[in-house]
Amino acid sequence: MESISGKTAIVGVAESDEIGKVPDKPVMMLHAEAARNALDEAGLTRNDVDGLLTAGTSVLELGEYLGIEPSYTDGTSIGGSSFVVHLAHAATAIATGRCNVCLITHGESGRSRVGMSGYPGGAQTLRGQFEAPYGMPSPVGAYAMACSRHMAEYGTTKEQLAEIAVATRKWAMLNPKAYMRDPITIDDVLNSRLISWPFNLLDCCLVTDAGGACVVTSIERAKDLRQTPVAILGVGESHDHAMISQMPSLTSFAARNSGKAAFEMAGVKHEDLDLAMIYDSFTYTVLLTLEELGFCKKGEGGDFVSGQRTAPGGPFPMNTNGGGLSYNHPGMYGMFAIIEGVRQLRHDYADQGIRQVPNCELAVVHGTGGVLSSAGTAILGRA
Amino acid sequence: MSAPSKPLPKPDPVTQPFWDSLKAHGIQIQKCNACGEHIFYPRGLCPHCFSSDISWEPASGKGKVYAFTIVHRQPNPAFAADMPYVVALIELDEGVRMMTNLVDVEPDPEHVKVGMPVEIVYDDVNDEITLPKWRPQA
Repeated sequence: MESISGKTAIVGVAESDEIGKVPDKPVMMLHAEAARNALDEAGLTRNDVDGLLTAGTSVLELGEYLGIEPSYTDGTSIGGSSFVVHLAHAATAIATGRCNVCLITHGESGRSRVGMSGYPGGAQTLRGQFEAPYGMPSPVGAYAMACSRHMAEYGTTKEQLAEIAVATRKWAMLNPKAYMRDPITIDDVLNSRLISWPFNLLDCCLVTDAGGACVVTSIERAKDLRQTPVAILGVGESHDHAMISQMPSLTSFAARNSGKAAFEMAGVKHEDLDLAMIYDSFTYTVLLTLEELGFCKKGEGGDFVSGQRTAPGGPFPMNTNGGGLSYNHPGMYGMFAIIEGVRQLRHDYADQGIRQVPNCELAVVHGTGGVLSSAGTAILGRA
Repeated sequence: MSAPSKPLPKPDPVTQPFWDSLKAHGIQIQKCNACGEHIFYPRGLCPHCFSSDISWEPASGKGKVYAFTIVHRQPNPAFAADMPYVVALIELDEGVRMMTNLVDVEPDPEHVKVGMPVEIVYDDVNDEITLPKWRPQA
């Protein structure tokens, strides 16, 4: 079959009108605001949308709320990676003629809990039988356990993890939309209160309220629209467990598959990339993902992030919006990694000094979901 | 006000023999007769080879800490009195992993180590449910 690489483009991205602490807006309104804003930015209307994709919320409810009757629909809901996986599905659907314009939306009232459905999981589910009785705080405890194994196998240190939190905060200080903008040091991270060893508070992402959306169409149509198109060059998706107690290896996860697929489809090398948007639910999530995507060897993630290499002005620009650690993390952050990747590739920050990654032509956007359960990777390029 | 209760497992028809074995203080896990691999959690078919020729066998009750965390913050108030406590993944000598709490050890990374040898202890929570907890081997 012919490759879908480069056949489609992202033509609009947006957050909801407000993000952070938004106690007066229920989940569906966060979806709706982001959807409207992303379509406006693209110069498209609701009536142009014939593909509808979301996670967390029922895609039925989303269609009802927005008044959209799609001919292509996808409710794949595999945690924070879902929206990157939706990009893959949207690109495939459009490139194969199933639909013309896909709208992907996200909305979560993670902090204020307005209109959120409860977490599933009765006493007879597998989680109810084999994990819940032991009081593991999820997801933080699961990621913490995985990190303990990496530390034991490879000698990864808490200081190395803290490097990520500090570098990401430096990017957040350049982003007016970021929730946490005060400077922090390695010691601040190590001295913040323990949550679930080896994680301290500043190893953990924020919990916020936000919506986000993006619009995908064919590369031909994209050229006639309002924004500089950002082409979808490569995509990959995978998962290998649901519960952390069933994870085949705690130091390797499905990004090894999604990353390989995305890089191969795009036909690019790691050194070609100008920007990495790597899901940062926890500092360790980033360190492990960099290894799994092949930016460094297995076990060398700690060295890779040391010396503030990912900070503004550093050799490896990463999570330039301030990430889930400091900008915004309503629960399933993947959409916001896409939004920032697109804005950098369009050079939206060209007048904002080091906020703009110089000559940004190629980016990798990676989402991780569940408890290191699922992975979605996309290679995006300025068209 | 009475303390909130901790979540307890409700066995299903496939997992019932596991919970029954714990109640009898003699842990059993599944083994696939086709490929010889041990299986946990209990399943209706072998995840290694898809065979449904599976039997129950006594396990050694010995293993090693594969990974762990020490919980200092837990949103469920039922666990508040226990904090800090250790949640661990144990790799049993039979090769499978299970989640548990480590007991009879200081909840401190100076005392809990990946690779530490551990053994099962049976925690009779009530007349119906016994949970498998693990402690350092003597």
